[in-house]
Amino acid sequence: MLDDRPAQGSILYLDGVTVSFDGFKALNELSLIVAPGEMRTVIGPNGAGKTTMMDVITGKTRPDKGDVLFDGSVDLTRLDEAQIANLGIGRKFQKPTVFEMLTVAENLELALKCDRGTLATLFFMATSEQRDRVAAVLGTIGLRDRASLPAGRLSHGQKQWLEIGMLLMQDQRVLLLDEPVAGMTDAETEQTAELLLEIARDRSVVVVEHDMEFVRRLGARVTVLHEGSVLAEGPLETVQNDHRVIEVYLGR
Amino acid sequence: MIRALALLAALLFAQPAQADAFSEAVAGLSAGGFGEKIKAVETLAALGDARAVPILRAMAEGRLLARPDGALVIDGHDATTGQPAEAEGALAVSINNRLRSAIQGAVGRLGLVSPDPAERGRAAQAVLDSPSPESAAMLRKAIERETDAAVMTAMRFSLAALDLGDADPARRLAGVAALADSSLDPQVRGLLTRLAQSDSDAGVAGAARQALEGAETRLRALRIAENLFQGISLGSVLLLAAIGLAVTFGVMGVINMAHGEMIMLGAYTTFAVQEAFRAWAPAWALDFYLVAALPAAFLVSAAIGIALERGVIRFLYGRPLETLLATWGVSLMLQQLVRSLFGATNKEVANPSWMTGGIELAGGVMLTWNRVVIVLFAVAVLAGLAALMRWSFFGLGMRAVTQNRAMASAMGIPAGRVDALTFGLGSGIAGIAGVALSQIGNVSPNLGQGYIVDSFMVVVFGGVGSLWGTLVASLSLGVVNKFLEPYAGAMLGKILVLVFIILFIQKRPRGLFALRGRSAEA
Amino acid sequence: MGPVLSRLLAIDDRRFWLGFGAVGILLLAVVPSLNALPAGHALNVPDYAVTLLGKYLCYALLALSLDLVWGFAGVLSLGHGAFFALGGYAMGMYMMRSIGGRGVYGHATLPDFMVFLNWQELPWYWMGFDSFWFAAAMVVAVPAGLAFVVGWLAFRSRITGVYLSIITQAMTYALMLAFFRNEMGFGGNNGLTDFKELLGFDLSRPGVKLGLYTASAVMLGVAFLVCRFIVGSKLGRVLMAIRDAESRVRFLGYSATAVKLFAFVISAVLAGIAGALYVPQVGIINPSEFSPANSIEVAIWVAVGGRGTLLGPVLGAFAVNGAKTWLTGAAPELWLFALGGLFIVVTLLMPKGIVGLAAQARERLRGRPVPLIEEKRNA
Repeated sequence: MLDDRPAQGSILYLDGVTVSFDGFKALNELSLIVAPGEMRTVIGPNGAGKTTMMDVITGKTRPDKGDVLFDGSVDLTRLDEAQIANLGIGRKFQKPTVFEMLTVAENLELALKCDRGTLATLFFMATSEQRDRVAAVLGTIGLRDRASLPAGRLSHGQKQWLEIGMLLMQDQRVLLLDEPVAGMTDAETEQTAELLLEIARDRSVVVVEHDMEFVRRLGARVTVLHEGSVLAEGPLETVQNDHRVIEVYLGR
Repeated sequence: MIRALALLAALLFAQPAQADAFSEAVAGLSAGGFGEKIKAVETLAALGDARAVPILRAMAEGRLLARPDGALVIDGHDATTGQPAEAEGALAVSINNRLRSAIQGAVGRLGLVSPDPAERGRAAQAVLDSPSPESAAMLRKAIERETDAAVMTAMRFSLAALDLGDADPARRLAGVAALADSSLDPQVRGLLTRLAQSDSDAGVAGAARQALEGAETRLRALRIAENLFQGISLGSVLLLAAIGLAVTFGVMGVINMAHGEMIMLGAYTTFAVQEAFRAWAPAWALDFYLVAALPAAFLVSAAIGIALERGVIRFLYGRPLETLLATWGVSLMLQQLVRSLFGATNKEVANPSWMTGGIELAGGVMLTWNRVVIVLFAVAVLAGLAALMRWSFFGLGMRAVTQNRAMASAMGIPAGRVDALTFGLGSGIAGIAGVALSQIGNVSPNLGQGYIVDSFMVVVFGGVGSLWGTLVASLSLGVVNKFLEPYAGAMLGKILVLVFIILFIQKRPRGLFALRGRSAEA
Repeated sequence: MGPVLSRLLAIDDRRFWLGFGAVGILLLAVVPSLNALPAGHALNVPDYAVTLLGKYLCYALLALSLDLVWGFAGVLSLGHGAFFALGGYAMGMYMMRSIGGRGVYGHATLPDFMVFLNWQELPWYWMGFDSFWFAAAMVVAVPAGLAFVVGWLAFRSRITGVYLSIITQAMTYALMLAFFRNEMGFGGNNGLTDFKELLGFDLSRPGVKLGLYTASAVMLGVAFLVCRFIVGSKLGRVLMAIRDAESRVRFLGYSATAVKLFAFVISAVLAGIAGALYVPQVGIINPSEFSPANSIEVAIWVAVGGRGTLLGPVLGAFAVNGAKTWLTGAAPELWLFALGGLFIVVTLLMPKGIVGLAAQARERLRGRPVPLIEEKRNA
């Protein structure tokens, strides 16, 4: 183990993380630190390693080497997805993945923060508080009148919202969002930005996004990934004027 | 050959003194008592004259007649001279069991001087059945005269074996030394074991023990070689059964539970082609019915495979569990169809003559031709398929469609047709496997059932989508199975292999030669 | 426990309870009464039909158990026949032991086949089977243990889809080979048979057969309620979520491994109980019960009835086995064509089975189209 002083005080700490698939390095010595309560946007061309980075943090992919620490000390590379989720890291996928056969309310109920042990789940009965919480989130994501509809019958944008709603239900300390506004209309995008800014008040949020308007609207610190490592980091304006970033985005 | 015979005959007949002794001995065969007759037989045998053989045989069979004048007649000819002779008033020379066995021993020993080398070779082995000092003496004499190298070796071997029973310890020791090289023969090992356990001479016993130990080592090596061959043979059968599956399941991701029935159809096609050849083909062509059966089986199974893909499977892409159930249904129907058409009993498919028999290695280890041919055939099929996938345009299209269907379609590759042809290819290869399997086992409607679990295991073990993995997996499973069999029995061996694979998949869920990366996890 | 129990009862669902009660009365009151009618009576249900129905009830229980893992959690086990057979063997061992000295060879403790094989004493794993309650415990414990080990190994390493199907198929295949061996001590090829009595009741008596039938019906009802409780709980929704998108469930913090293992073990226990009730009714258990073909056939009962519903597997088991009984009598050579065709037709044309067709018809009557929920392509 490395000396964990630099990790202290961070909520997410990645250092020297390398992942390769059949010789192709999806992540190459990636290092990234996210502070508690911080909102961070991650941009980068296709194949830069954005999704792989999320896979590593959430336990879907084990890194070949490198450290991934949560809350300054918890080694995430030793835990599986469920354990990491229960630590307080939530994730929204690029492609909305809601449970299509279940109703909107049931989707939210599954995400509810509570004991997720098998027997506890079997004998689970929602308290009135928990029911109120579901109702409140339904209101926040604007799906109150669709609560008992199977999630499979929602529109694409509504599914995105439902997934964000599920993240809200989980009440996590860190949220990882992979292209949350892909496929949304401008109005929906604006609403989502507001919602995210609201959420980010009391937790850390990492957003991967292509939509530069949306990134600007979030107004957060930007990390640019390229070929599996960090190319530039800073406020959007600074990053946008970085000649290496321009080169990567506009071609050589 | 004829000249050699003539030469030998000339050599034998150029000994008038012996000829006289010969007639005398022959005359003694009709002597009064059995004891005298036996003596005459022994004398005759000791002369080492090959002419005695037909006479002694005739005597054993009761065809040797004694005329009142003392002359002996066989089938109307004089026994000694071979001139036509009257058999008026002649009586068969009477024999008893003791005499019969004496005649047998004599004929056996006389075989050693037969003009025919094959006969001499047989005799050299036969003397071991009735070991006696006379046999040893006769052998020693015969070896001096022997011209044929192979017969000479056989004679030396038998002599050494006889020497083991000699009264002289030096002789016995020499015999052990001479036999040390050929101690794999069970008969010899029996003799050596007796010496090692109970010989009065410590030196002989020790030498015998040593020879036996050497024999054990070599036997073990031979058993390993035999197991290896049998394992490779079983592995090649698994390989044949699994290659087609490596295409349909490995490349296309279609789980075809009717794969075994494609094999079964190939076997029945072989049977049908064989019957057609028996009915209509000229006799010389009968041996080559397999040549016609191969393409026929490929086409039959491929056609049914294509029909299955177009009619059922293509509606179920992306729903592997449904595909599994639907193709299982197809397999039931195909089995019943064949049962209705051909009957439920096993059909017999004959090996062509060039595939019957085999070569025997030492110690009773046999490589049968049909097994050898199947090993080579399996490797050839795999190589052919690998070449097709790697270098042909169709192979390119096949790989393109399975890797990125939308993109391939956009580039003008007819994805549907490629699917159908790929599935047809996999099924056709299963049909070819059926041709091979018909050569080593019964052809019955549930032939395919026995292979389905095994071949899925091979593909999963080897790594889905990897032909190389399929090869390594099938051969290693075959070999492991055969090596387990002597210790665990055939069934337990199979169970152990199944358990092993289940545990193996724990460690490497994607098989030996797995693709790693995002594409493999989709 | 109070509110949980009331949810188990789901008092508000009056339609369910009416239907459940109606079927219960039919099976537990009407059939036995008709069976009691004199033999020549037009409405008489003969004894053989009672045993046949009892067999179907066991099949229905087996189908229900498979549906719990396949229909709700998406785990298609092709080895459920093994759990069924193990439960059957455990019960068979008890009945063998209770033959006592009345066997052909008259040995006090050894079953006939062991005497025949020259065994001198009872193998250790036959100990205790002279007690019904021990055997009953084994009916539950052995399938549960096997399911736990196999399930743990498979789910832990995330073997899903057809891989899991093949592994479970290999499991039952291996067990079949093992039980065929005489050395295993389970009667080899012939299995266990010639049972005389169960708990002191003479198995050849019609009253005992009716009792076994009744026990099967009650057990199916209990299992139905247990499954209904699981499926209706939040855990049931987790199971369905796993079926739809397993990895997403993990990211929500549920251990998909533990949840699936739970369902798999419960399911194996139900299958084992089905086997234990089946064997005394048919009077024999042999290794062919382990054959992979049997297990796959169970999947088609579930599919025909409608997987992912609780009623479906029960209906499917009765429908397919009823058809099998009729057709194998009327035209045996057609049965495999019919069964094979059923596999194809159901998967292609009625993926939601009889129950789905009925629901579709009902919705159509109300003028609402039912969207066919597409399953995602996952290679």
